[in-house]
Amino acid sequence: MSAGSGSRNTNTEPWGSFDDNLIQGGGSAVIDMENMDDTSGSSFEDMGEMHQRMKEEEEVAAEAAATEEDNADDGEFLGMKGIKGQLGRQVADEVWQAGKRQASRAFNLYANIDILRPYFDVEPVQVRSRLIESMIPVRMINFPQKIAGELYGPLMLVFTLVAILLHGMKTSGTVIREGTLMGTAIGTCFGYWLGVSSFIYFLAYLVNAQITMLQMLSLLGYGLFGHCAVLLISYNIHFHFLFYVLWLLVGGLSTLRMVAALLSRTVGQTPRLLLCGTLSLLHMLFLLYLHFAYHKIVEGLLDTLEGPNMAPMQRVARDVPELMLNATVRNLGASLRAH
Amino acid sequence: MAAAGEASKPFAGLSDVSISEDIPVEGDISVPVGSSRKDDEFSTLDEPVKETILRDLRAVGYKFVHVLYPKRSSALLRDWDLWGPLLLCVTLALLLQGGAADSDDQGGPQFAEVFVIVWFGSIIITLNSKLLGGTISFFQSLCVLGYCIMPLTVAMAVCRIVLMGGSGTVSFAVRLAVVTASFGWSTFASTAFLADSQPPNRKALVVYPVFLFYFVIGWMILTFSPSQ
Repeated sequence: MSAGSGSRNTNTEPWGSFDDNLIQGGGSAVIDMENMDDTSGSSFEDMGEMHQRMKEEEEVAAEAAATEEDNADDGEFLGMKGIKGQLGRQVADEVWQAGKRQASRAFNLYANIDILRPYFDVEPVQVRSRLIESMIPVRMINFPQKIAGELYGPLMLVFTLVAILLHGMKTSGTVIREGTLMGTAIGTCFGYWLGVSSFIYFLAYLVNAQITMLQMLSLLGYGLFGHCAVLLISYNIHFHFLFYVLWLLVGGLSTLRMVAALLSRTVGQTPRLLLCGTLSLLHMLFLLYLHFAYHKIVEGLLDTLEGPNMAPMQRVARDVPELMLNATVRNLGASLRAH
Repeated sequence: MAAAGEASKPFAGLSDVSISEDIPVEGDISVPVGSSRKDDEFSTLDEPVKETILRDLRAVGYKFVHVLYPKRSSALLRDWDLWGPLLLCVTLALLLQGGAADSDDQGGPQFAEVFVIVWFGSIIITLNSKLLGGTISFFQSLCVLGYCIMPLTVAMAVCRIVLMGGSGTVSFAVRLAVVTASFGWSTFASTAFLADSQPPNRKALVVYPVFLFYFVIGWMILTFSPSQ
């Protein structure tokens, strides 16, 4: 039996064995509530944290014991001045140790990919049914609606939107500087998904609505399904009237679905108005933006980048109020007519 | 301090026990003599450089053949390497140079873009498949996805040859057919390797991002048009 300092533990098993630490109350049994937010189901994180904390405390105690011995010698040697300097050094040392511990704990917690594993735990049937449900508003707003908390569907939808934007960019004939345009596409889609989710979550936090960040990300991600469908059609059949109809219909349905889910989780007229008004505005305007302004932004970029040396390339005007199929089919038609 | 240490040792009282000489100690403590010779066989420091390079090239070539005829084998997975994907990525990026948009100073972004798309796309697909419960390791997955770009690179080469003959409708139809076929082939080849490592009901979830990835690359190839 070790009768030495309580920090020495005979840690032979991976689960920590029957440590004197825990028995003597040297370890901490406090669970940090601020980390419990969305991960209340995943106990492996708590185990990982506890284990890490035990390991670090043992390290810290060992280091403190080592430095204490050194500092004791120094202090005796240098007298009063030595003690003051030694105190400052010890405080600085402890601050640094605490910071290092915090940083390594945060790194081990957040750089661990297993954190995301529970959010990808879906079946294809579930994804398909959620995609369809994202277009069907539910009328029950007096009781909180169930919002799935997964990230696979939203992530795939964002990537699909990026691919569709690239397709639209290519069919508009603007192929210069693909590097910048690719970055713009990815930045736009991810920026919208992450940025608007955070903003709406912040507003929800202000008005005390019952929704978590994960649920908001999931809700908005699935709301992009409507956008993908509309853009896929309108980038191939450039008919303004058709786009407006689809914008109202499909965009409206997916917005209504999100709004209904939020309404069911908010109390009070003004908060409901604020939250749902903001979300519907942003969601509908984003679809409009993607359809119209994206090409203009691309052309604006090209203008600023190229300056006076404009390449003799044809810029296809997009605001043509006739039915115009995309360039490839047009070529086909032209050549058939020529024969 | 030493006394306290001694007292805390579990068998402290037995330190004066000794083994008498007349009890025979038996056993076989033979050291394997051939170990140094075995080391020489595996040491590749003495072989000619040509042999080293050829061995790696042969391994890469063997994997290319496996991509051409994708069967459910574990050859690509067992000894993964990233030479093939690097070769294919560089070839594809070089072939995609000289597009219509390419004036003197714009070669850079296109080359880097292909690299970024291929490697970051592969990393994201790998992370996704691991998160969905895949048993394949990170680099094995990168290896498979990289090698399966080969049909698309071949399609790019064919497209460039076809474009040399003109860029009319016929050439577009031919290119469309070639790119579609190679895109399907790439997706099929990579799922033949990757799908085995997934739980059976989630294959569709892993295949979709692969499909999207090769679709983006195929689209870049199809819409490539040469400069005048």
